Amino acid sequence: MSAEQTISAPKLIVRDLNFYYGADRALKDINLVVPEKMVTAFIGPSGCGKSTLLRTFNRMYQLYPKQRATGEILLDGENLLDKRQDLNNLRAKIGMVFQKPTPFPMSIHDNIAFGVKLYENLSKHDMDERVEWALKKAALWNEVKDKLKQSGTGLSGGQQQRLCIARAIAVKPQVLLLDEPTSALDPISTAHIEKLIDELKKEFTIVIVTHNMQQAARVSDFTAYMYLGDLIEFGDTSTVFTNPKRKETEDYITGRFG
Amino acid sequence: MPTFLREASLKRQTVLDLLFRNLTRLAAFMVLALLAAIIGSLIVGSLPAIREFGFGFLTSSEWNPVTDQYGALIPIVGTLITSGIALLIAIPVSFGIAIFLTELSPNWLRRPLGIAVELLAGIPSIIYGMWGLFIFAPLFADHVEPWLNDHIGPLPVLGPFFSGPPMGIGMLTAGIILAIMVIPFIASVMRDVFDVVPAMLKESAYGLGATTWEVMWNVVLPYTKIGVVGGIMLGLGRALGETMAVTFVIGNAHELHKSLLMPGNSISSALANEFTEAVGELYTSSLIELGLILFFITFVVLSLARFMLYKLAKGEGRGA
Amino acid sequence: MFDLYARRRAINVVTLSISVFTMAFGLFWLVWILWTLLEYGLPNLGLHVFTQTTPPPGSDGGLINAIFGSVMMTAVGVLIGTPIGILAGTYLAEFGQRGWLAPVTRFINDVLLSAPSIVIGMFVYEVYVAKVQHFAGWGGAFALAIIVVPVVIRTTENMLRLVPNSLREAAAALGAPQWKVITFVTLRGARAGILTGILLAIARVSGETAPLLFTALNNQFWSTNMNQPMANLPVVIFQFAMSPYDDWQGLAWAGALLITLSVLTLNIVARVIFRQKTNTQ
Repeated sequence: MSAEQTISAPKLIVRDLNFYYGADRALKDINLVVPEKMVTAFIGPSGCGKSTLLRTFNRMYQLYPKQRATGEILLDGENLLDKRQDLNNLRAKIGMVFQKPTPFPMSIHDNIAFGVKLYENLSKHDMDERVEWALKKAALWNEVKDKLKQSGTGLSGGQQQRLCIARAIAVKPQVLLLDEPTSALDPISTAHIEKLIDELKKEFTIVIVTHNMQQAARVSDFTAYMYLGDLIEFGDTSTVFTNPKRKETEDYITGRFG
Repeated sequence: MPTFLREASLKRQTVLDLLFRNLTRLAAFMVLALLAAIIGSLIVGSLPAIREFGFGFLTSSEWNPVTDQYGALIPIVGTLITSGIALLIAIPVSFGIAIFLTELSPNWLRRPLGIAVELLAGIPSIIYGMWGLFIFAPLFADHVEPWLNDHIGPLPVLGPFFSGPPMGIGMLTAGIILAIMVIPFIASVMRDVFDVVPAMLKESAYGLGATTWEVMWNVVLPYTKIGVVGGIMLGLGRALGETMAVTFVIGNAHELHKSLLMPGNSISSALANEFTEAVGELYTSSLIELGLILFFITFVVLSLARFMLYKLAKGEGRGA
Repeated sequence: MFDLYARRRAINVVTLSISVFTMAFGLFWLVWILWTLLEYGLPNLGLHVFTQTTPPPGSDGGLINAIFGSVMMTAVGVLIGTPIGILAGTYLAEFGQRGWLAPVTRFINDVLLSAPSIVIGMFVYEVYVAKVQHFAGWGGAFALAIIVVPVVIRTTENMLRLVPNSLREAAAALGAPQWKVITFVTLRGARAGILTGILLAIARVSGETAPLLFTALNNQFWSTNMNQPMANLPVVIFQFAMSPYDDWQGLAWAGALLITLSVLTLNIVARVIFRQKTNTQ
């Protein structure tokens, strides 16, 4: 519980979290604190549970039968796993960007307006401003400002992913979950997005899952190393990478494993 | 953002979610209700005939509107025989087409040929009927049936089935036209299930030096046999219920002949010809019972077909 | 060793030649039937077909009342059947993971997909025509709707399943309620495929004869009243083709050509739309 005390402004607190796919236990007694307006990275070999952990934060698993979570995830002190929590409301507070770009089959403008319209009644003018704001935040505005009416599916992969980031931040969430956001992208687009993450953490709490350790080292403030459903080590990114407390972490980071 | 707006909107969304979900569920339920209604109305409609004739209906070859005596034997036999002929022809041809489409066809031909096969399936059955009556039957009577009479007629066992006046219309013609109609169905299912076979499995057989035919016969066919049988059953289901094409060429005679060259009747063609003209409760009711029997048979056959195709899709078709 | 190999090769050559032959055999009928339709249909296909109603034997006439009736009943049938089909298909694809209703419906629907259409005609006769005591265009439309539903359900479910789950997750992650996820994102993503399904359903019913025989029957005159017996191409073709009159048979050929051309065109257009739309997305 030491991390809970050392981090001054916790945004998300995970307590005794277990996750099951049917009878398989995929997460084992996870305890973790995500600090506000910082970047927290989850790393580990494939199948270690890092994406599963991320997907409990917005209860995405509830779309599927036979998946369930026990324990607590507190967002500003409120338990997200509580059945009484309204799921859609919760998801509006916690944005998510996926491994592969997921532009909706509609225009660029409508892609962004879709989420905003769900919870806010904006005039056309306000909506246009919001779209522009989100696209600027996502560093996409200059590339698409002349083709907002065109389909979002016509953009390049890197642009699509930035569109998805713009779409996620347009609803002004408090937390942004990034699930391997650059794994399907080329190096230049990846660099774009990493720079963007650095910008976005001024306003949002960011949690990123990545299989790329250099990326974790570059963009994150805190790092959690997971292995087979266990949280092995969690701490300051520089400490985890330069002076890991656990042998397993060191093996993974130095490339002797994974 | 204003919380009150959120709260109100959230409640509304929950209600809309529930509404939408139940609306789609209702639509799905309507399919089941439809089936129940079809079976129910057919049973109710055939009650007078069931009461009058009992199980004898199935075994009696009497069909006489004048004396009000009805039996389903002739149309049932006609339906089974024509469908049997159709399968006998369609199975090997469809298998050949499926092999051609999956293994032999050059890539650029595969799509156009696939579309051509599906167009054959798309031609309305009444067109097959017209073509069969005006074009195929006369040619068949002039050129094929005399030959059958001369060459197969004298044979001991098969002979009686193929001797008789060469009229062109009759059970054999109906069976052949049904075969042409179901070939595209069976062939496209076969092609689809052959595509399910992992490329690696075929490659390993080719790697051992097997010929294309050996790969198809010894590897692909055993691997997909459930799906292949399912496809055949699907074709059979189509053939059993096919109406217009058969009505044109079967001859519509309530007669039972040993010869396939003679006219006969099938359930569906009896319905098409007589239903709107039937007078009297018992006549109508007997026709409805025919419909019930047809629905029952096709339902069983199609259920088996679907069951087999599901099994293959679930990957349980493995192992020879 | 060599003999065995030669034998195997011979078997291979023979069987594969048979396979090529069966392909040619299949195409042969298609070409022959289409050729016949052109040969007999084209000479009878003039402007009069589209301007005059079905004649008594021995006088001039066309098929306009039958064409109109076919279009009318097909349109109404599709309008009734499509919404039900899309909703039920949506249920199967989006809500069908839990419970018994979805698997049972899927199975029954697949069976109904190939159920004999003449029985559906009898059913509508029993529950509608016999009750109102006369044949009517509505009955024909109902029967066609019943045939449309399973086709649309099947394609809708298939097409929705092609929409990647990540798209549903992305919409849900924004806090969208499920009905919005489905109507604005998933159904939209699948719309080209669903449209294809509807076109194929239209193609399927526009040649259906047996169910109309018991429901709409026929009408020699121009009629737009769906409460009256209604002329339609398939039944007119059936009656005219079976008649002994040359001019009636001529009209039947013209009608047969019309129906086949429209069915084949619909089939091809549907496939083209599907390919184009799915390629650009």
